[in-house]
Amino acid sequence: MDIKIPTVAALAAEGKVPEILFWVGCAGSFDERYKNVTKAFVKILNKVGVDFAVLGSEETCTGDPARRAGNDFLFQMQAMANIQVLNGYGIKTIVTACPHCFNTIKNEYPELGGNYQVVHHSTYLQQLINEGKVIQKGAEPAFKGRKITFHDSCYLGRANNIYEAPRKVLEALDAELVEMKRCKTKGLCCGAGGGQMFKDAEKGNKEINIERTEEALETQADTIAVACPFCMTMMSDGIKNKEKEGSVQVRDLAELIAESEGL
Amino acid sequence: MTIISQVIFTVILGIFGFFIAKRVNFIRLNIALGRPQKVVGNKRQRWKNVLLIALGQKKMFKKPVPAVLHLLIYVGFVLINIEVLEIILDGVLGSHRIFASLLSDFYAPLISFFEILALGVIFSCVLFLLRRNVIQVARFQKPEMKGWASLDGNLILVIEIILMGAILSMNATDQLLQEMSNAAYPLTGSFLVSSWLMPIFDGYLPSTLVIIERTAWWFHIVGIFGFALYVTYSKHLHIFMAFPNTYFSKLTPKGAMEPMPEITSEVKMMLGIPVEGKTTPPPEGFKFGARDVSDLSRKNLMDAYTCTECGRCTAECPANLTGKKLSPRKIMMDTRDRMEEIGKGRSDAKGHDEKFLLGGFISKEEINACTSCNACVEACPVLINPLDIILQLRRYEAMEASGSPASWNAMFQNVETNAAPWKFSPQDRFNWSEELKNKK
Repeated sequence: MDIKIPTVAALAAEGKVPEILFWVGCAGSFDERYKNVTKAFVKILNKVGVDFAVLGSEETCTGDPARRAGNDFLFQMQAMANIQVLNGYGIKTIVTACPHCFNTIKNEYPELGGNYQVVHHSTYLQQLINEGKVIQKGAEPAFKGRKITFHDSCYLGRANNIYEAPRKVLEALDAELVEMKRCKTKGLCCGAGGGQMFKDAEKGNKEINIERTEEALETQADTIAVACPFCMTMMSDGIKNKEKEGSVQVRDLAELIAESEGL
Repeated sequence: MTIISQVIFTVILGIFGFFIAKRVNFIRLNIALGRPQKVVGNKRQRWKNVLLIALGQKKMFKKPVPAVLHLLIYVGFVLINIEVLEIILDGVLGSHRIFASLLSDFYAPLISFFEILALGVIFSCVLFLLRRNVIQVARFQKPEMKGWASLDGNLILVIEIILMGAILSMNATDQLLQEMSNAAYPLTGSFLVSSWLMPIFDGYLPSTLVIIERTAWWFHIVGIFGFALYVTYSKHLHIFMAFPNTYFSKLTPKGAMEPMPEITSEVKMMLGIPVEGKTTPPPEGFKFGARDVSDLSRKNLMDAYTCTECGRCTAECPANLTGKKLSPRKIMMDTRDRMEEIGKGRSDAKGHDEKFLLGGFISKEEINACTSCNACVEACPVLINPLDIILQLRRYEAMEASGSPASWNAMFQNVETNAAPWKFSPQDRFNWSEELKNKK
């Protein structure tokens, strides 16, 4: 398959506006592990043939980590600059694989003049499945007999009440979905939100991601599905800490879909 | 004789009424220390929250056992107040069981129903005492629950048991006196629960029974007045505050932080974006974020008076679960304690103490440990938002005090210079596309 990754700027030069902007996010652009999620999602978008584009090097941090750490000046600077770019290109719909970018653009950009329809990739993937564009019914189920547990991202779940979309995506894979003791509204944070990703934890008796990893391992699942770059890092570190890399994988929803599609 | 007791009763009612009103006003002024907030949006949704969450206790039922026990006390409290109304009327008017003649045949079943509720209250309070002190449910054993907080919780339960005991003793002796055809105790019919207690008082002289009945009556009603006053000093204030608090709670998604429009014009000027419309300069005394309770919003402060220290927030907090100092419940308790302190000093040097909420009560170590996961907000049965306070304190540290952790300052710098929280070159942002294309 010839992968196309159009940029919004290139389309604008032809006088076009993409139907969907794929907001990659900093982790999706720079983090070695999460770049794989970006690539998987782009492969899916290519397969489906949707009219999408990315900002490429014009994209910058949404300002979320600065805001959660208390620096609202920096947040507003970032947000305003991004809104200028997005509005300048006439962007209407944004899809992103990062719940933090999703939350900020959806809930915090409107008050600064940025109004878009913002969709998290879990919801978007669910739509594609519902429309029969990926995972056609009757296809060989790639994950049959496998146990998957889903780790709720706080910024998807409690922050935005998205609990079902990622689970529907996993159910479509025909795997056995097993829930952790704490899930959905009671889901335990991976430990990285609110700026924690960018500093060491305060003194305590345990790391949060270890606590969460232990819960995930209790389910006996062979795959921990995540839908957030920070959760990906924290859960992967947890699995490494428990020396379970050989038997348990941490995968993003888009990666699982891409795998089942043979992409 | 009755005139004297009527006067005494009315005076006691007045005295308690006065002190309760004084205390309510004190609390009102404390909440008014906060920033006024516009209440925007959807009255329907707000009333729905009051009905479902405060009145209907919807969020309590995430934990069914305490929810049912709590419901018994709550229903008992609300409905037995009808009998308290009767007692107050009797006290002021010098009547005895004024509703008996009004309700005739319905009176005994009604009182019997209240007695069943009273039994339910006693049952629940005993179990709650066991949960706190014998089973020692973890959320009641945290460091912030030492001393007064723990005593307060136990006192409330004990007082409720004693008050319910008084009502049942009063009714039992009343029935005995009725059976003796005492003129002051007209026949009402038998009461379901207290009739079982009559053998305890059997064999006493009628004059002794009258003394017991009157003592229980006075003890019960003065106890209720005292309890009502006590509540205003206690964490138990949630019985009233839950209603306005659920009404005023935010309706936007939990993930949305409170906006900070005061700095937007400045940011626009820095970016060279034209500022439309007239700009209002930040109000006097405006701080970037919150250092003290007066920098917080009135809803934040109302939250603090609503908190009944149940600790569901702390039990769900990932930082607390893993041994960090942060406890969302302590954030609320500290906020209330600080308000009380400022309120008490209101008459003398206002704001002249050297203490602040941040630093004096809540440490940086606590607020820095928060993952902003909203578990505390989700857990609260009465829509208190500890996270909102934590994030405002962080704003103060970052924007006024330059007190953020060094690694956050480094992250800020990365965002500023590299447009990403990590130290990567902005030119490399799109490298993944080449990697993807070249692989295939």
